[in-house]
Amino acid sequence: MNNNLYKYILGIADNSLILGQRLGELTGHEPSLETDIACTNISLDLFGQVRSYFQYAAKIAGDQRTEDDIAMLRKEREYVNVLLVEQPNRNFAYTMARQFLFDVYHLLFLQELQKSKDLTLAAIANKSIKEVSYHLRFSTDWIKRLGDGTEESKAKMQDAIDSLWTYTDELFHQTEADKVMVQEGIGVDVTVLKKAYYEKVNAVLEEATLEIPESKWFQKGGKQGIHTEHLGYLLAELQYMQRAYPNMEW
Amino acid sequence: MTTEQNIDDILIPILEKVSDPEIPVLSIMDMGVVRTAVIENELVKVQITPTYSGCPAMDVIGDDIKAALKQAGYDAEIELILAPAWTTDWITPRGRKALEEYGIAAPLDAEADKSVLLEGKKMVKCPQCGSTNTRLVSQFGSTACKAQFQCDDCQEPFDYFKCLK
Repeated sequence: MNNNLYKYILGIADNSLILGQRLGELTGHEPSLETDIACTNISLDLFGQVRSYFQYAAKIAGDQRTEDDIAMLRKEREYVNVLLVEQPNRNFAYTMARQFLFDVYHLLFLQELQKSKDLTLAAIANKSIKEVSYHLRFSTDWIKRLGDGTEESKAKMQDAIDSLWTYTDELFHQTEADKVMVQEGIGVDVTVLKKAYYEKVNAVLEEATLEIPESKWFQKGGKQGIHTEHLGYLLAELQYMQRAYPNMEW
Repeated sequence: MTTEQNIDDILIPILEKVSDPEIPVLSIMDMGVVRTAVIENELVKVQITPTYSGCPAMDVIGDDIKAALKQAGYDAEIELILAPAWTTDWITPRGRKALEEYGIAAPLDAEADKSVLLEGKKMVKCPQCGSTNTRLVSQFGSTACKAQFQCDDCQEPFDYFKCLK
């Protein structure tokens, strides 16, 4: 089994899995029917992409492991998503800020991944790009609408951006698996995406009349499996059925 | 990569009877999700491609294809492929007509789709009364492939099948 490729795929897919689960938690709880449907639709797209990645990872593992095992049966320290996506749904501004800060990265990442020498990863990226562009449109709209909205919506959006800013730099950290995969022409060099990322993010924040945070202190650790306290609770819910009824199938 | 389909003529009438469970008037053939269907050593090998990654209809479509082929005396093997990625251009003219008759506005071309969803242009034709005095209500709709619209002439709400390219 190609261990680096396996780890690399998990590094991509875990972000979508955890963010998809966060959005799924909002089913029936969003401020309006339209935003409720939007968040669950985005969640569904992300889960669909995750299935493609995990099916591929299971094939590479080459043992009894299935896509469900990979999604549901790892321990907290074995998940390698970035800290940004596991942050809880505090309010709608926060949910949209988290989405936007991830969507900008996600689209830039997939645009590079579709050039991968690994044809399966390239195909998943090519398929996902169309969906993720639409997610970015939606979250960008809300950054502008709340940022350039009422006094209260602006304060909430500014607070959300300020709180989540500290998790953005981690998106551009390379893992050992990343480095090997980049060398082999399979992986994306995330370090080069950083410039375009902040340019895009800052442009939208400016248009939304929001302040660009100045803090240079950034959190990291998710990619090494060192998570914030929030992930454990999320996994408890995500894994409940598989833990309570081992080996259950749909 | 090829965008061509490879479907055995004998299998076409069987596959045309299978429909999308979420849009029952639309055959999977008119939807363009069947990319390959060939008979190899008495086994039908079918390749289907999802409209959206998370489309929950794909598993059902796979099962329905198997059942339809079984009834016609064939065993089948279904494979889900991702490349080339599905586009709304693959919906046949007959499929577009079926969508309209069912009350779903068919996808516009990519540019018009953008003006409609991003700039609020009034270009989507109401499937009920034919007016283009329509507006976007929600970017996301009842399924991943649709957005929600309303006609300002006849007041009917309706689904618009988003352009995917």
